[in-house]
Amino acid sequence: MKYVDEYRDGKLAKEIAQQIRKEANPSREYHLMEFCGGHTHAIFRYGIPDLLPDNVKMIHGPGCPVCVLPINRLDAAIELAVTHGVILCSYGDMLRVPGSRRRSLLKAKADGADVRMVYSCADALKIAQDNPDREVVFFAIGFETTTPPTALVIRQAKKLAVKNFSVFCNHVLTPAAISNILESPEVRELGVLPLDGFIGPAHVSTVIGAQPYYYFAEEYQKPVVIAGFEPLDVLQAIRMLIRQLNEGRAEVENEFSRAVTYQGNNKAKQMVADTFELRRAFEWRGLGLVPYSALRIKSEYAEWDAEKRFTIDYKSARENKACECGAILRGVKSPKDCSLFGDPCTPENPLGSCMVSSEGACAAYYSYGRYQERSIKNDADTIATDASQ
Amino acid sequence: MCLAIPVRVEEIVSDEKALANIGGVRKEIDVTLIEDLEVGDYVILHVGYALNKIDPEEAEKTLQLFAELDEVSKQQALDAICV
Ligand code: SF4
Repeated sequence: MKYVDEYRDGKLAKEIAQQIRKEANPSREYHLMEFCGGHTHAIFRYGIPDLLPDNVKMIHGPGCPVCVLPINRLDAAIELAVTHGVILCSYGDMLRVPGSRRRSLLKAKADGADVRMVYSCADALKIAQDNPDREVVFFAIGFETTTPPTALVIRQAKKLAVKNFSVFCNHVLTPAAISNILESPEVRELGVLPLDGFIGPAHVSTVIGAQPYYYFAEEYQKPVVIAGFEPLDVLQAIRMLIRQLNEGRAEVENEFSRAVTYQGNNKAKQMVADTFELRRAFEWRGLGLVPYSALRIKSEYAEWDAEKRFTIDYKSARENKACECGAILRGVKSPKDCSLFGDPCTPENPLGSCMVSSEGACAAYYSYGRYQERSIKNDADTIATDASQ
Repeated sequence: MCLAIPVRVEEIVSDEKALANIGGVRKEIDVTLIEDLEVGDYVILHVGYALNKIDPEEAEKTLQLFAELDEVSKQQALDAICV
């Protein structure tokens, strides 16, 4: 596939990795956070940790949309399907996330609720048109990539006067989450989460552009390199970050210039601004209440807003106590710190949201087993060094 | 979920719809968010919607950065041997 295969060349990957080893200063550590779950996935899928020197550490950020949705919003969606009897449509991953008492949309479906997996929000609108005597709700989640399509579908519903369609909006914003991490006590005061720089999201940035990141680079003096999702993109971004850190720079650089401009997609941004407004605060799994971090539907489109159409009761919900997703999403713990990892928590039987989507850190660790290989490799290295001494 | 792929636009149907080649199959995609779209353009497709165009020149430049690096490291390897 064009624009994919060229960025997966194994030989070049090794060479960039070689360069990284050469440029990384052995007397310091580099703690780099990839914000986005797409990068987490690529990092494990292509074994990038194995290619990096030990003093370059990747920290996985909260940019996995199904991972950060708080349990009470998921419970509310289940309630819409079960109590209100609507046809509830959502993207595939969302159906498997465990809510409170380990109930998921998939289980609700097995118990008779009408839950449907859609590939696109346009499919949900189509279902509404095909079932005029039923209420159809699109359970909208995601960052700035899925928000413009949701905006378009709400506008389309208004234009076509589809009265039985509404959207349960849970769209969240990347820059707010990055601020939250940088402001967190773990980073600011306690210093338990050392953070030297960020790999900026790929597809989110195609929409919002490089511009929002300048604030972080300046205010917090952290370099940001926006990177594509292919392995060479990620390696190159790591190398660019190391260079910036070596030279004492904290700038925004754009490795993904083939799809990201300074401004982003103005048309998409305008559609979003015309359809949604900021929520004062929104709860994130792991991060807690984050101010101005999510969107709700503007009153102009209230008729298509599921939160206005139905009485939704947000009960406080308890998470599985042993699940470490919260700390993993903040970057302070790693999946292997969780006692449930791999047994009994697996992608087939997820106990927490980070094990569901392939972008979740736990699922990525589990599916590609890099950490196991890495420790084996380290063991092998140690043995080799021991032997040579 | 954030999976998005580059696809080639094969035919423009309207301001909102186009046909794209997705893994050898022609499919209808929504292109409402894209301005000045032309047949032959590559777009990043996400949940059925094109999010942005891919700039072929920038793509080439990025590849060259990798390739240049290739040259540099080759040169360094050569230097190392010669020393
Ligand atoms: S392994 Fe499962 S239970 Fe543990 S943190 Fe990950 S998702 Fe939660």
